[in-house]
Amino acid sequence: MGKEKIKICDEFYDIMPPEYRELVDSATYGKEGRGWKDVGVAKELIEEHSLCAGCPESIAFRYVLACLPNPEDTVMVGSTGCTSLVFPHVAVHNIHSLFGNQNAVASGLKRALAHRFPGKIKDVVVLAGDGATVDIGLDMTLQSWFRQEKFVTICFDNELYANTGGQESGLMQKGFVSKMAPAGKKFDKVKLPEIAQESGCHYVATLTVSKPNRVEKAIRQAVLIAREVGPTYIQLYTPCILEIGKQAMEGLQEMRDSEGPNERFAFKEYISEEAKAYLASLEKEKKPAAISSTQA
Amino acid sequence: MEANTIIGTVNKKGQKIVEPEYLFFEAPRQQYFMTGSEVVREAIRRASVDISVAYPITPQSEAAAMVGDLYVEGYVGDYFRGESEFAVMSQCAGASFGGARVFTTTSGPGTLRAYENFPMWAGSRLPILINVMVRGINSPLNIQPDTLELGMILDTGMLIWHAETAQELLDYLLKGYIVAEEPDVHLPIAVVIDGFFVSHTKDMVMIPSADLALPPYNPYRSPVPCMDMEVPPVRMMRDPFVMKSNYISYATHASWQQEIRAAIERSRKHTIRLIGGLIEEENSDADILIVSSGTAVAQGREAIRLLAEEGIRVGIVKVKTLRPFPHEEIRQATKNAKLIFVPEFNVVGWMAREIKAVIPDNHRVIEGPHVAGGMTMPPEVIVEEIKKVLAGKKEVVRG
Ligand SMILES: Cc1ncc(C[n+]2csc(CCOP(=O)(O)OP(=O)(O)O)c2C)c(N)n1
Ligand code: SF4
Repeated sequence: MGKEKIKICDEFYDIMPPEYRELVDSATYGKEGRGWKDVGVAKELIEEHSLCAGCPESIAFRYVLACLPNPEDTVMVGSTGCTSLVFPHVAVHNIHSLFGNQNAVASGLKRALAHRFPGKIKDVVVLAGDGATVDIGLDMTLQSWFRQEKFVTICFDNELYANTGGQESGLMQKGFVSKMAPAGKKFDKVKLPEIAQESGCHYVATLTVSKPNRVEKAIRQAVLIAREVGPTYIQLYTPCILEIGKQAMEGLQEMRDSEGPNERFAFKEYISEEAKAYLASLEKEKKPAAISSTQA
Repeated sequence: MEANTIIGTVNKKGQKIVEPEYLFFEAPRQQYFMTGSEVVREAIRRASVDISVAYPITPQSEAAAMVGDLYVEGYVGDYFRGESEFAVMSQCAGASFGGARVFTTTSGPGTLRAYENFPMWAGSRLPILINVMVRGINSPLNIQPDTLELGMILDTGMLIWHAETAQELLDYLLKGYIVAEEPDVHLPIAVVIDGFFVSHTKDMVMIPSADLALPPYNPYRSPVPCMDMEVPPVRMMRDPFVMKSNYISYATHASWQQEIRAAIERSRKHTIRLIGGLIEEENSDADILIVSSGTAVAQGREAIRLLAEEGIRVGIVKVKTLRPFPHEEIRQATKNAKLIFVPEFNVVGWMAREIKAVIPDNHRVIEGPHVAGGMTMPPEVIVEEIKKVLAGKKEVVRG
């Protein structure tokens, strides 16, 4: 598999744009252990984007894409929001249909792929903002978990509606003054990670994107568990520097400040017993292979 | 998966895959006495449907549930109940993006709740087949038929065929897939019936053997990429459409919706061949014509018979497809008519509006009679309307 998916047929090679040729020649598709370290090298991981300069969503996007274990057989589903401006630059198949229906689209898509390609790995990854995940699309987020749909849900939690200019979101902190919350938000940040756990997700992680290794591990686990066991959920803090009034260079510090042990984005991970057993079985499979290769 | 290699093979259920034309025109048929809901089940049994998503709303719940039985029997690949019609149509979209043949049903309030998805389906060129069994829209609460919802989906970019009878329902469901999936069309299609009148009444229907099935959908005949990552090169867009940043994205935005409308028109040739024309005419040389669609046509036909008994000659034009709208056909069929009556099961008269927009001298069109809110339309109401206008007792409502 791997690069076969993007190979240019010989007859067309010389007329393809140099950019596309370079993209194919340096693709990380099919590369064992591709990960965040490929960011900046491989073209399929977005060179350009249309987010604000310094927006943490841009680096989060790159980490997510770089860490997909199987990009040549992955379809991403997005939603309207700042993220929908990035998807057109992404070299993985992606669907943008409407605002908030991402988990419903992914449910149909994953089932279609499972029906058409039984026994073949086909990953589906949802990536949307907090407004799409927890407000307008909440019923579809939850119901996909209740139904145990086998795909990953990633929420870029910037704690407000960024794309429409900073309106109140369900994941916004209580008391925060924003457009449409002129007297401060009246209720707490919705506890979606806890709800996810209660709703049947087999892997739930809350973190910022300040530590690439941590993001990589979370994404990989989420994809592998979703593939075999059931739904998984990752909530990444990707602060909207524009709306909270930070400079382009201040996003990283904002994330570090919010991930202290008592802060709202302290790293938390939940793995169901079933998922733990599955991850352990993957480890076991790896070990004998490693021994035999050293013996050979 | 070339069509000619699959013809004659047997699917998982043991059904023989046959050419669509054979199934439609040649295969022996047997007569059954069935409700419209049962007819939906029999059409879908033969339609090689991969995925169906359901949500209950009267009057389509029964048909939607029967498709679930087909899933258990192994005729449908996957089936589940979504959380709302908005979600169901989104799930259907996902399945269709993934290359599946998709079927769903809805009615009235469900159609409206789902609405945002319909132009998205069309814009994404998803050939989903939805069976709309029209019903009244709240308020007041009403579960009886009313075609108001149809007027609202006319301009979403979908194909819309309005069946009058259970037989047409069966045929349109099967033929609908074939037209919707043509590469030069590739659009969603709504096969419409008037809820209860067709869904819940029994009718004689000629049905081909359950051992035969349509060829499965081939998603690689699509004008847009199938989202299954199977066919290289995978799409690397690197060209933000939404930003209209360059000539290609600019041109795409400028022309996409026109292309959808053009695809609707291109469906004509396939549709005419399969359903035998976009309209049907009876006595269309008469001075007085009734033009309508769905069961209003059936009531119109009965009215013609009653009027003929009194020596008043009236003809009828049945409109089978609302999209494409048969403008030229209607223009031709009504060219000699002095009065054109348009009975409708809704309060707004969208069908009259459509007809007025495409014919010359449209003061000839008399909007009505209308029944709405789930009322029936006795043929006598049509007779009365025509007689009133003829006697000059009724001022004609114009425009
Ligand atoms: C039905 C509907 N309502 C409202 C909108 C307008 N809208 C576009 S993006 C957006 C907010 C997106 O917020 P979020 O999901 O948090 O993503 P972010 O932009 O913050 O990344 C809204 C309200 C829409 N596109 N569709
Ligand atoms: S508005 Fe906020 S979230 Fe959106 S791109 Fe700009 S900084 Fe990022």
